[in-house]
Amino acid sequence: MNYEIVMGLEVHVELATKTKIFCSCTTEFGGAPNTHCCPVCTGMPGTLPVFNKKVLEYAVKAGVALNCDITRYNKFDRKNYFYPDLPKAYQISQLYLPFAKNGSIDIKTRSGLEKTIRIHEIHMEEDAGKLIHSPTGNETFTDYNRCGVPLIEIVSEPDFRSAEDVIAYLEKLKTTFEYLGISDCKMQEGSMRADVNLSVRPNGSEKIGTRTEMKNINSFKAIERAIAFESARQIELIENGGEVIQETRRWDDNKGLSISMRSKEDAQDYRYFPEPDIPPINISEELIEEIKNNQPEFASAKVLRYVNDFGITRADAEIIASSKYIAKIFEDTVAICNEPKEVRYWIINQIMYLMNDKGILPEDINLSCEKFAEFIKIATSDRINRPTAKTVFEAMFFASHDFDLEKYIKDNGLEQVDDTDSIREAVLGVLSANPNTVKQYKNGQTKVVGFFVGQVMKATQGKAKPDTVNKIVAEELAKL
Amino acid sequence: MMNINKMTALDIGAEIKKGNITAVDAVKAFYDTIESTDNIINAFITTNKAEALRKAEDVQKKIDSGKLTGSLAGVPIAIKDNICTKGMKTTCASKMLGDFIPVYNATVIEKLEQAGVIIIGKLNMDEFAMGSTNETSYYGSCKNPWNTNKVSGGSSGGAAASVASNQVPMALGSDTGGSIRQPASYCGVTGFKPTYGTVSRYGLIAYASSLDQIGPIAKSVQDCAAVMDVICGKDERDGTTLDIKYGGLLESLNGNIKGMKIGLPKQCFDKGLDNQVKNSILSMSDTLKELGAQVDYIEMSFLDYVIPTYYILASAEASSNLSRFDGVKFGFRAKSFDGVTDMYSVTRSEGFGDEVKKRILLGTFVLSSGYYDAYYRKALQVKSLISKKFNEIFQNFDAILCPTTPTTAPNLDQSLSDPLQMYLSDIYTVSANLAGLPGLSIPCGFDQSGMPIGAQIIGAPLDDKKILNIGFAYQQNTEFHKMSPKGV
Repeated sequence: MNYEIVMGLEVHVELATKTKIFCSCTTEFGGAPNTHCCPVCTGMPGTLPVFNKKVLEYAVKAGVALNCDITRYNKFDRKNYFYPDLPKAYQISQLYLPFAKNGSIDIKTRSGLEKTIRIHEIHMEEDAGKLIHSPTGNETFTDYNRCGVPLIEIVSEPDFRSAEDVIAYLEKLKTTFEYLGISDCKMQEGSMRADVNLSVRPNGSEKIGTRTEMKNINSFKAIERAIAFESARQIELIENGGEVIQETRRWDDNKGLSISMRSKEDAQDYRYFPEPDIPPINISEELIEEIKNNQPEFASAKVLRYVNDFGITRADAEIIASSKYIAKIFEDTVAICNEPKEVRYWIINQIMYLMNDKGILPEDINLSCEKFAEFIKIATSDRINRPTAKTVFEAMFFASHDFDLEKYIKDNGLEQVDDTDSIREAVLGVLSANPNTVKQYKNGQTKVVGFFVGQVMKATQGKAKPDTVNKIVAEELAKL
Repeated sequence: MMNINKMTALDIGAEIKKGNITAVDAVKAFYDTIESTDNIINAFITTNKAEALRKAEDVQKKIDSGKLTGSLAGVPIAIKDNICTKGMKTTCASKMLGDFIPVYNATVIEKLEQAGVIIIGKLNMDEFAMGSTNETSYYGSCKNPWNTNKVSGGSSGGAAASVASNQVPMALGSDTGGSIRQPASYCGVTGFKPTYGTVSRYGLIAYASSLDQIGPIAKSVQDCAAVMDVICGKDERDGTTLDIKYGGLLESLNGNIKGMKIGLPKQCFDKGLDNQVKNSILSMSDTLKELGAQVDYIEMSFLDYVIPTYYILASAEASSNLSRFDGVKFGFRAKSFDGVTDMYSVTRSEGFGDEVKKRILLGTFVLSSGYYDAYYRKALQVKSLISKKFNEIFQNFDAILCPTTPTTAPNLDQSLSDPLQMYLSDIYTVSANLAGLPGLSIPCGFDQSGMPIGAQIIGAPLDDKKILNIGFAYQQNTEFHKMSPKGV
């Protein structure tokens, strides 16, 4: 029998406000343990949370971008449970009145499938700290730096059917939130975390099967692996006459398997009740209107504009627009040099390659658009040829903003040679050094022209202007 | 030679200002009394004489140089032990926080220090403010200075008893269901619970966050008003504080209550009320009439519901507020346990007393899935109905007059064995917390055994000024608040 996988996602996204949700500590990632905290976020007796209004602004931006209904009268609730990383032994969250509901987002998978994912709700909450287990002995240490970092939890409807769907959705969320400037969505740093609710059912069946919830999935790669493992596990269970138990499972990426954490029967009773320390928060029509009217240009709109205004292909436009940072480099550079196709060429062929090769994230690219534009000007002139330009680009890409392009080209003698006499000398040298190939040419094998050109380029250390080389090679061959 | 111990806080402040005494004299005088009486009264958990004397010298210098001019500059105060004092043990009268030294000051402490008020110690209370007799304290019960076989009341028992026994001229307590007013009544002193949101709770170790409010206990309404002037106001660190400008409460007291309409709730004079208490309240009502107020009976039909509503809401919040005492970060941790879950349970079993455990269990139960709607949600609904009823009353009345407690202070060791009876001692006070109203308890008589009787004046939200003024008018014309226990 063939099975269909049905999934819903709970995605936690850390909001990039400067300070925490209920105190003024920094939200910066890292830092020595327990240095980004204060009496409030460590839950010292007598302290009180005070809601950071910036969090509301960021959250509503997310809600509006995901086409949600925004709740006007908001409250926080307490979710009570004991765990050493939760200093108050309750998490301030929203159960009864999540700030956003009934949204949707369109996704496009890598294989080109387009679909709409429905958003059930989004709520605000505070993050917990981290536990560090000592590798030897049985000690555990607590680090409360992350306590109180603002989170939104985006709960989807069960609209996912494949790992591809899930990844397209997470990528779309990441791009959207990047454009909004509300989160960097780094899975590895935990600023975006996805719990996958997964069930399987026979193809054609309408009934949703018993689901499990998988936690601790920390990368896109892990998501693919976890979904493959868990769906296979459930299918095998059913095929062997067993039953899937509703439970929470923890993904172990090292072992490549998920382990049961707790079953539904052991499910914790969080004893939610309204948070008495934070008065209700009203979201004004003005705020919603302001956010709606000031939405950034998202990826889909950029793609259309790039195709229409700059005449680049849709595929290239999608790659460029998939990151706010790359799109910014593209747009800012084009604005200076007005060479969209050239800029596109260098982004797609060089920046993407270097990022992949060196494992650089788009937000970490340190490239001055003024320099990039200056480079484009040089690259499109006769002064350097393409192969040399690649070398220059790479040097510029890794250098600081005060990189001196002219000096670099001069110091390394990279300027193109367009001196007919010296090129002709090199051509003649190549022809006399390769009598057999010349013979082949005479016998009508015209494709060896390319070989001669290549040899001339090599002889001139790549600096000869290719057009001139072509011309002179043709002239000299004609003389034979 | 003046007897500093018997003076009101404002009088001490005035004498310091005049240069007749110094802040150091005042601090010394009260420590003398504490040292000679507290082995019996047991009002203090922690004292800090050396530090207080040092501060008194500093403050005196600032008074002398004109930098400190407030009416309470140089006057000593004692603080209920659930209000955080930086560098000074804050135990909540619990084994759980026996060694807990806060790293920060409560907002009220900062404000008192800025006004030059000198903190001389931390006061006994019921453990985590849960109790009505001060007998749930891990540090022993605090005795009533009028009769040391009787309870001081609770939970701010230490605050009321220390003022009554002239150990300190004023104190800060906290009131969740009557914890300032009830012990003030039992000990014959003046206690004020302000409108919810008037005083910052930042630094008050929470019992029930939506009901807790810090307030003063002192020898007169004027002293209470003077303390309020120092501690009230919007606080950026407490989102539930209100942005209101009272002007000076003390300054506003004029004693004129002519034409004021005061309601006597019929239900408060029904079953359960001691006859002597009843007569004192009625006699006070006559005095207020003589001062020009109009007194009429009113209906408070919801009175039977206030105790269950209060215990559901307060216990629910407490079960959550007290969860942070888990042995992980601060306070007590059990010596031996097996794993983290066991550490929680052994730590909490050993660290909390019976009354606290009882309320945590009750609160956990009423919030549990399947019971939430039947208990917690219903209690919230009743709470909002009570507020509505009060609003209706205050459409036609300026204030409500009723007993603070049904009886005078009970004997020691008799209440905890009958908790339901003990809970009922809060029946007249809890509704002010449920509706967030200001409530004042002032001495209005004595029973045959010489124990003080307290009267309560409750007002509409933000009518703190009006309530205090009624109390002030009464105290200008009576002597009950000036009485001291024998031997003090």
